[in-house]
Amino acid sequence: MTDLAARLDRLRGDAPARNHDARTIAALTTNPGCGRRGLMDAAGIDKDAVARYLGFPAPFGQSQFAIARGNAFEKQVKDDGFAELFTLLRERLGLPVPQVAIESLDEVGGNHGSELRHAQTRRALARALAGDGSTLFDHPLLRLDIAGQPAYLEPDVLAFRLGDKFYVIEIKSFAIIDGQADPEQVAAAARQSAVYVLALRRLLTQLGHPATAVSHEVILVCPENFSNQPAAAFVDVRKQLSVIERQLSRISRIDDLVAALPEEMTFELGDGLASAIRAVEARYAPDCVSSCELAFFCRDEARACGSTDLLGIAVRDDVGGVETLATALGLADGSLAPSPEQVEIAAKLRLARLLRAQALEGVA
Amino acid sequence: MSTLTALARIEAARTGSAQPLATVRHCHLGEQPLVLIPLKLSGEAAAPLAAMVGTARKDPALLVVAQPRNRDLRFGFAAELAALVLSYVESRQAGTETVPTKDGEGRQRYSDAPQVLVPNPGGITFLRLLGRSTRFRRIDGPYPVEASVPLLGRWLTWLCDRAEQPGSSVLMPMTSMLAGHWATGQSTFEDANLGALLGWLDPPEGMTGPQAALRAEDPLLCPPAGPTTDPGFDNEELAPLLAAYDRAPADQARMAATDRLRRALRRQLEPTWELMWRSIELLRALPEGAHVTGRWEGDRESFTHFAEGVPEGFPQAKRDSAVAAARRLIRLERAQDELDVQRALDDPLVMAEHRLTGEAFAGIVVAAQPDRLDTTGKTPKLRPYLQVRTSDPLRVADGDTVHNAGRKGQKALVVDVNAGTVLLELSSGMGRKRVAEPGSVPEVGDRVCFTTFAADFHRSPVLPPLEQTPWTHGGPPEAYVPGDDEAVAYPPTAADALEVWE
Repeated sequence: MTDLAARLDRLRGDAPARNHDARTIAALTTNPGCGRRGLMDAAGIDKDAVARYLGFPAPFGQSQFAIARGNAFEKQVKDDGFAELFTLLRERLGLPVPQVAIESLDEVGGNHGSELRHAQTRRALARALAGDGSTLFDHPLLRLDIAGQPAYLEPDVLAFRLGDKFYVIEIKSFAIIDGQADPEQVAAAARQSAVYVLALRRLLTQLGHPATAVSHEVILVCPENFSNQPAAAFVDVRKQLSVIERQLSRISRIDDLVAALPEEMTFELGDGLASAIRAVEARYAPDCVSSCELAFFCRDEARACGSTDLLGIAVRDDVGGVETLATALGLADGSLAPSPEQVEIAAKLRLARLLRAQALEGVA
Repeated sequence: MSTLTALARIEAARTGSAQPLATVRHCHLGEQPLVLIPLKLSGEAAAPLAAMVGTARKDPALLVVAQPRNRDLRFGFAAELAALVLSYVESRQAGTETVPTKDGEGRQRYSDAPQVLVPNPGGITFLRLLGRSTRFRRIDGPYPVEASVPLLGRWLTWLCDRAEQPGSSVLMPMTSMLAGHWATGQSTFEDANLGALLGWLDPPEGMTGPQAALRAEDPLLCPPAGPTTDPGFDNEELAPLLAAYDRAPADQARMAATDRLRRALRRQLEPTWELMWRSIELLRALPEGAHVTGRWEGDRESFTHFAEGVPEGFPQAKRDSAVAAARRLIRLERAQDELDVQRALDDPLVMAEHRLTGEAFAGIVVAAQPDRLDTTGKTPKLRPYLQVRTSDPLRVADGDTVHNAGRKGQKALVVDVNAGTVLLELSSGMGRKRVAEPGSVPEVGDRVCFTTFAADFHRSPVLPPLEQTPWTHGGPPEAYVPGDDEAVAYPPTAADALEVWE
């Protein structure tokens, strides 16, 4: 065990480690610059439990109806040896799917350990690449180096091999209606799939195969119109791939973050938790609420220090990146002397304040 | 967003109460809007669960689907909703006015139009899907539905299509209406929650904006405004109630289960119902902008036109053809331009945004030559000079054309710009004579505002007829072939009738 891994284990304390899942990956791709989230995810910390302990429970309940619907749809697609899926691939997407062999990778002899499962995924894919393995892999466990630290991804996806090409298949239960689906949900699915494509590509490269063996087109399987009938569509994730690769390369390195912390620090539930968390800088944005369990804690923190981050990136940009509400207002009413780089925005804020006042007095 | 709006938000955040973004109301608000709060079953595209509907605050109708997975019950709900919505639509057709036409005969236009208010944009998305899932239903053959159901689908589709048009007031999400008129001290992301937004605008006695907003984020105190319900409610209340309904052995037990379900859903909907009407009160307190009547006339025009076509017509197509899509896009872009200009002209606070960016300037007339004539041409033309002093940042230069915000159709040429004063040569909007109409030329001491933009007339681009749709746009759309699953219009195909709506 490396030093870093030992430090991360200490940060996590006795709690079991958590793998990256859809939500942490969404957070990773929407707000990669947040050191707090990055560190906690790298250490496999249960942020939900942390947030609850701190009195800022995350707003993510999941409705059992939504879960049931998702499971029922997935089961339907997978039933009878994935019969519906293969029909779709052949008939809708025109793929020449030959005889298939399916391999489930969600456990190794009853063991769900990440390292074991990843090793198994690796072996299975290596066999497939050698030409005598399966063609469809259910629940592969992938690994991706995030911020210099290996992270296991627990994707609810399938990897499908056709000839010498691999495809990521994602089953989602939002509907495609008249050929269109909710753009936000499609975008989220595309971002997620892109992370899996990337992880799969890295694995194949390690096995000595070109990254392009994994298609940049992922296959999205969704119910069609108002029925339960599945439909499939290719989604090109090249754009998302390049965004994620860039974000991963820019991310603050976990070892640097850890090095800056006191040796004995831990995120274990207990009295010192809040101050330990505050010691790692966060980058709060209002939409954190949709992807990170700690969002309400960070929002409270941003509020306490009167940060312009509270109002969203657009507002912050409009006031020239000024960091606090007090500074912005001080520059606007002239009570605060602008620094050289604030001269321009200060003039604009003063004028904005004047114009607002004039308009509200009714003397336009 | 702009620096001006950003500043308003920052002020709101610092003071703990919302700040105005408008001095007038930029949307129509009729005497009798239909408030409609739909709820759907989580995880489903458009399976209705309940709705609270009505035109009177004291008298909401509650519609409930006792088992959203049951097809008959869902269409029963659609029929109940249809009865309410269609009678509302009909009540808007009571009066007409005569619009002059070229042939002198005149035609009739309804003097009112429906106005449906939903809590948020999600409500519109839901109604659009409900419209899509009902308008192709058949009243005969397999899985017949009541005749009102497909009709409801067509009206919902019209409402949702019209709602895309900037400036239309026939179907509006309350969160967008409020956020267009006031700035809160939270992000636009959080403004999407009607309760939190209204918390800032109108906090309960003894609370600040942020306190009220925080309270509104607790789904137990303030249930979400839909269409998706609170997961906690789903798991702890709704699931057992639906299960009880399914288990109920006899009619009487079933009725009791339905009653319990209705009570639970009423508790989820009533807080939002109150929020909707409080929002309406807040908006009513604002005076209406000058151009609102004109835009509402457009809505009444569209309403009249659509209503005339209903008895004979077909349900709206699933997808626009390329030509229809291009036409729609042009219409929407033009409406947006028009709306932007009209809002600025109607509202000094909106105009302030344009003054901040230099697209407009306001100031005082310090010198004027109201009877100046331009004698360089064959006939002398009336071209008064105005000198305007302003402290606004100026982005205009010699030779630019500007428009008088206070007088429609009055243009001026910028002759000279010099350290906070602008010399303008008025060229129109003064009558046809060699002496200006009284009052048409601003006088010394008047406050004036000139803009670089105006509500211009646009000529419609010529689009090819359907059969000449270029290959870049998919070529000419296929004609309708009976039984063809991909046919766009009517009658509905077998597949449509079988869509199970789950």
